[in-house]
This record gives sequence, C-alpha cells and structure tokens, in this order.
Amino acid sequence: MSLTINDLHLSIGGSKILSGISLEAKPGRTLGIVGESGSGKSMTALSVMQLLPLGSHTTGSINFAEHDLLNAPDELMQDLRGDDIAMIFQEPMTALNPVHTIGDQIAEGICLHTGASKSEAHRQAAKLMADVGLPVERFPLGRFPHQLSGGQRQRVAIAMACAQSPDLLIADEPTTALDVVLQAQILDLLRARVENSGMALMLITHDLAVVADMADDLIVMREGEIVDHGPTKSVLRSLAHPYTAKLAAASTHRPALKPANVALVAAPIVQVQNITRDYSTPRQSLFQKGKPFRAVDDVSFNIRAGESLGLVGASGCGKSTLAKMILALDKPTNGSILINSTDIATADQAAMRPVRCAVQAVFQDPGSSFDPRHTVERLIAEPLHLEPKLSADERRQRVLDALAEVAMPADSLHRYPHEFSGGQRQRLALARALITRPSLIVADEPVSALDVSIRAQILDLIADLRHRLGIAWLFISHDLGVVRAICDEVMVMDAGRIVERGACNSVFDAPQSNAAKALVAATPDLARAIALAENDA
Amino acid sequence: MTYLLIRKAAWAIATLAVASLFVFLTMEVVPGDAAQVMLGINATDEAVAALRERLGLDLPLWQRYLSWVGGMVQGDFGTSYIYSEPVSYLVADRITVSLPLAIIALVLSTAIAIPIGVWTASRRGSMLDTVVMGITQVGIAIPNFWFALLMVYVFAIGLQWLPAGGFPGWDAGVFPALKALAMPAIALALPQAAILARVTRSALLETMGQDYIRTARAKGLSRRATLWGHALRNALIPVLTIMGLQFAYLLAGTIIIENVFYLPGLGRLVFQAITQRDIIVVESVVMMLVATNIIINFIVDLLYAVVDPRLRKAPA
Repeated sequence: MSLTINDLHLSIGGSKILSGISLEAKPGRTLGIVGESGSGKSMTALSVMQLLPLGSHTTGSINFAEHDLLNAPDELMQDLRGDDIAMIFQEPMTALNPVHTIGDQIAEGICLHTGASKSEAHRQAAKLMADVGLPVERFPLGRFPHQLSGGQRQRVAIAMACAQSPDLLIADEPTTALDVVLQAQILDLLRARVENSGMALMLITHDLAVVADMADDLIVMREGEIVDHGPTKSVLRSLAHPYTAKLAAASTHRPALKPANVALVAAPIVQVQNITRDYSTPRQSLFQKGKPFRAVDDVSFNIRAGESLGLVGASGCGKSTLAKMILALDKPTNGSILINSTDIATADQAAMRPVRCAVQAVFQDPGSSFDPRHTVERLIAEPLHLEPKLSADERRQRVLDALAEVAMPADSLHRYPHEFSGGQRQRLALARALITRPSLIVADEPVSALDVSIRAQILDLIADLRHRLGIAWLFISHDLGVVRAICDEVMVMDAGRIVERGACNSVFDAPQSNAAKALVAATPDLARAIALAENDA
Repeated sequence: MTYLLIRKAAWAIATLAVASLFVFLTMEVVPGDAAQVMLGINATDEAVAALRERLGLDLPLWQRYLSWVGGMVQGDFGTSYIYSEPVSYLVADRITVSLPLAIIALVLSTAIAIPIGVWTASRRGSMLDTVVMGITQVGIAIPNFWFALLMVYVFAIGLQWLPAGGFPGWDAGVFPALKALAMPAIALALPQAAILARVTRSALLETMGQDYIRTARAKGLSRRATLWGHALRNALIPVLTIMGLQFAYLLAGTIIIENVFYLPGLGRLVFQAITQRDIIVVESVVMMLVATNIIINFIVDLLYAVVDPRLRKAPA
C-alpha cells in the first residue's frame, strides 16, 4: 500500500506552513525528506498522521491505500495509526512515558489493534525487543524508560512503531539526538525493516548525508515547498537545483584554516595531568555502597596557544565531564589541571579570576543557555564581573566590540534572546565568550543544533576568530566532519580514556584504535555518496 | 524502594526531634508564667512558688525537655494546668471530631476536584471550561465561613435538614454524628476542591503537551485514552503535593469553621489553650500537629515514588 500526497496545503492559525506538497511513498522503498528547520518536513509527516496542532487547516489530498486521510473520521485514523501507519520521533529521551514500563508501552498498541490479551501482547513485545537488539534476558520488559540510554530508548520506540508491521513508517529525525555510532545502528535497523518486510519508509532529516546513504528517492523542502525531487542518485549526481547544491556545499563546508595570529610562547595554556573523575553511584543495598563510576580515566594532554583541538567520542564517553573540569565547573578526583600555570584545584577565588577570564565556554543549545529575561547587553557583559570594575561606558564599549567581532549589529544591545534566530544566538554566545579576551574557548557541540547553512557560517567565524585573535579552541563534537573542518588535531575518547591523538587527517583517514575506527565507519559521508552517484552515471 | 523507605523514615524521625526542641524552646521564650496564670494576679509569691515546684517548672530546662519528650514517647503528654486533666484525654476527645472532619473534607474535595480537573482539561478552551474555571476562581476567593453561614441559612434554618451546629458525639450514633459533620466538611471542602481542580487541570494540560502523549496518539490511542492512560498519572505529582498540604490544613486550620458550627475540635482546643497560657496543652497539640505533618509528608513522598518510578531510585 502506498501513500500519495497531492497538492497539500496547510495553514495554522492563518499562517501558511505548506503549499503544494505532492509526493509518493512506495512499499519497499525509502523516501528521504530533507530541509532546514522550518521547511515543513515535520508538518508534512503530522499531516499524514492527522496529529496536527489545533487551528490547522488543510486542503488537497492524502491517500493511503483506499483511505482519504484528510477526511477520515477519528475512529478510522485511530485504527490506522500504530497499525498501518506508524511514526517514530526525534527525541528518544521524552518520547516514552516515564511512568510506564517499556513492556507495557509496546504491548499497549498490540492490545489495542489486535485485541490480544495482556500476556500475549507481552510475549510479542519480548520478540519485538529481541528484533531491535534488546533481548529481554538483558533488558526485561519491566524496565522503565529512565533505566535505558538514548539509543536503547530509540530502539524501544522502533519496536513500538513496528509492532503491527506497518505498511508505512514515518521517522522524523530518528537519529538526530544520537551519536554517529548509534545513528548507524538505528539506520541499519530501519533499512532491514524496509528490505525484509516491504514497508515504505519516510525518513525525515536535516542531514543530507544520512539520506544519501539511506533513501531511494529524495525530496528537498524549503519554506513549506518541495524545491527538488527525484531518485536520490540522480538528485545527488547532477546537484542541478541550486538549493540542493547549496545544502550539499554547506554540509561539507570547510573553512579556510589560517594559522592563529599568536606570538610563539613556550608554555601551553592548558596542561592536563593524569586526571580522573569518579562519580558515586546509587547504593547496592542499605549496607553496600555503589561502585564508583569512572567518567574520566587518567587523561593527560596540553593545549597550546592558538591551537584548535578536537575531542570526539560516542555519547557517555566522558567528553563533557572533561570539558567541565577544564572550565573549573567540576573538580578532578585525582590529577591536576594547570591553566596558564595556575593549578585550578588549589587556586583561591582571587587567583581563579584571571583563569576564568582566560577560559570561556560556548554550549550546544543557544536557545536555552541564555536567560530569556535579560537583554543582550546584560547577557554579553556578564563575564565582565571577573574583571576590575568598569564604568558603564567602558562596559558598553566592550560589549559593542564583542558584537562587532561576531558580526552582529550594534542595535542588538537592547534586544532579547528570543528575537534572534538560532545562528544569531550562537553568535551572541560567542560574543559572550569573547568579552573577557580569552586565550581558550571550550566549545561543547557548538554547531550541532544549527542548520547546515548556518553551521557553515559559524564554522567560518570560529576559524576567523582563531586566526585574528589567536584564540585556542577545544572543540567537542560527535560530528567528525565538523571536527575535521575546524581542527588541526583531534583526540578520540572512549570509556573515559583518550585512546588516540593525532592530526585530523591521519586519525580520520587511518584510525588506529577500535573506538576511532567505529566512529569513522559509522559516519555517513556525503562527499563519497556524491562521488559514487557521479561514477554511476 | 526499601532503602528509600528507611531513608525517608530516618529523616522523618530526625525532623521530629529537631521540631520538638524548637517547640519546647519557643514556649519557654513566650512571656507569661503558667503558675501565675493559674492562680490569678492576687496569688501570693509563696503559693506561686509552691505550684511551680509541684508542676516541675523550677527544674532546669534540659530536665524538663527530657521528661516532656520521654513522657510523649510513652503516650503521657502531661496534665493540663487549666483543666487538670491529662492532655492525652483532652486531645483524644477532640481528635474524634477533627480527624473524621478532615478526612471527610479531603475525600469530598478530591472527589469533586479530580473529575472537574480532567473534564475541563479534556475540553480546554470550550465554553464549559471557561465557566467551570470561573466558578473555581470564585470558590477560591470566597472564604469558607461564608459558605458555612450560607449553608446554615439554607439547610439548617430554611429546610431544617441538618443541625446548625454542635456535635452529639459518636456515642449518639454514627448517623447523627455524620449529620453534624456534613455542613462543616462541605464548607471546608469547597474552597479546597476549587484549588485542587485548577491544579489538576493545569498539570494535565502541561502533561498533554509532552512528547510521549504524541507517541501514544501515534500508537492509535484516542485523545481520551491518552488522557486517562498516560497523562493523568504523570500529572499526579503536583496534585499529591497539594493534597498533602490540604490535609494538614484541614486537621488544624479549621478554627473558624469549628467556631461557626460549635464543634469541639482541635482548633478550638489550641485556641483556648493559647489564650489561657495552658503551655502543656499547646506544646503537646503543636507537637502532635508537627508529627502529623511529618507523617503526611512521609506518605506523600512514598506516593510520589509509587506514581513515578524515577523517584524510586536512591540518590547517589
């Protein structure tokens, strides 16, 4: 059974969201839908599910098998949802109900659609769990979602969606919240479903590289319209449409790396010496303490002035814990961290001020790392409390200078974070980091929440700041492409240890450690996919 | 879960110990000598001194504290200065009024509030929702004694279905006793129900916006089924918090209603004891209320863990 959308228009509360969408999802094939945020990808999916927000108005037609979904009564939609049409969502951490066991959540749909008894549904649920690589011997059905990792939860979501062997599965950014290794596993699961059961898969993503690997047919969306479509190979081969070409270019963008403009100094900015960090775990029982969990295990490295160092690894490998310790937000259990030769474990408040000025941070989500009730001026000037008191005029001048460095207009001063786009907010976050004139910026996934075209701009800005101001970067990411584009050297972290360090090109082209090999193998490569498509011609 | 239980219980006991010290010391600091009050202003110094000795008021602070706490642990709350009766008898007498009253009021308010909360949440933005929420706003704003007076006027004076006040005691039979408690319970329950209904509604609406509700809908569940099956249990945490606070209030904060209906409850006992400097009674009743509050909190904490598995884990 295939899905056909014809000339779909959608408006919500009067504003136009989708116009003239036509597409077809066929059995046994994967339809990729790519586009940047706000392009209408998810709304297209929710139109099919008929789960649009209140106040939505649709015209056109959506036909699935013999059903006209736009005019289907609620009862019919409830029969189809989770039975013939299923959907999985982006955020595995919030997509499962925290108060019900995973077994109950998988079984619920089975009982609903087949009328099976609860015990029969649990038997089927156990089989579905095994199919997605979560055997019940190790992952009992009585587990709650919070007892599973993000990747495991996404597997549960897939088991839940595939419970009735749907004819159409809609996957809305199913791997965006996961690291590349987990992403590859989840995509393999989906691919196997399509190949073995003849299901139609509608794969929605912002990542061209993912669909290049996965999709048979490709649709490129922009501002609620389809701008490019066709078999994936032919779309990628010619890159005929300027917008698709622009997306591809932005996805593989590498800023021109010019050496940092710094005087040669002997001493590194950061010297990390044999640090470990243990976290206590819940008690085993009343009389037995939990075994401590070692998040960072005997790590040593230096960062020199003007150096751009990448830190990659699967989620949970200790990257962020390490970053927190360098930012002096957390203390190592053992070992020492010297910043500009000051030991930050023993330094007092006064001695820490210059250290905190020298090391600043930029985080992943520019939307939630700003206080929404503060003006931009106040937000950016915040780190200045580390410095001797400035007059109001001097403060403002410093803020204006920082804004100019990141190419934001001076009239941003009195505006609030919500008035800016994601990319602009990340520029503001950079301005806030720059205001103390730091010698190192620790950037934890600074571009993963951004659309590819914005990401390319921010990467250019980061490279430029390094060149002009001589700032060193510790760049944490699970995206190898981004690290390769922006860093000279990279460290690969696995289970708390640094297992490999070297120049980006050599590590990524010829990885030595298992962890690095796994990361490289799991990373979808758009450039290679385009090259393959061209060779086919 | 066992570990959580033991940990919470240990905390409850520690809190109780600190509270007892605090209550004892506060009553020591409050001006007014019990012996002096009991004997009147014209009593001789010798008579006051003799009474102080008899009551043990001349002993050092720590001895009095220890004997007070020791007595309470054994169920001996001391003897009221004013009534010359064991405090435990006095309190036990009043509890038979206050506790049933509080329980009936809480059950009533929950029985009214939860369905209204669910009902309005599932029809958000409708005419019904607006009207019902308007009524709850009024219910919160109007003091409970006004409801009480209104009910007395209608049901006691007008229709003569229920007594206007007083309490015949449980010896007079369950039905007359319940009849006497009906109006006070309703008067107490209505404003609480209004608050609880609003909390239930807003908690439910917040939960209905969560991602896992969308997942449940994508499984084919109807909106109604997701509301009852997925949203309600997640929305219960704030509802339980409010219910815990309400029960504590209903047990001791009912002095006005007790006065309106001439009920011999705990509230009136404390009020009289305070005006008469009956320190032993005040101390004991306050300690009992503190203990009740701690026990309620303890129960609410355990209910949290029952509702939400994430709270069953012992913290690291």
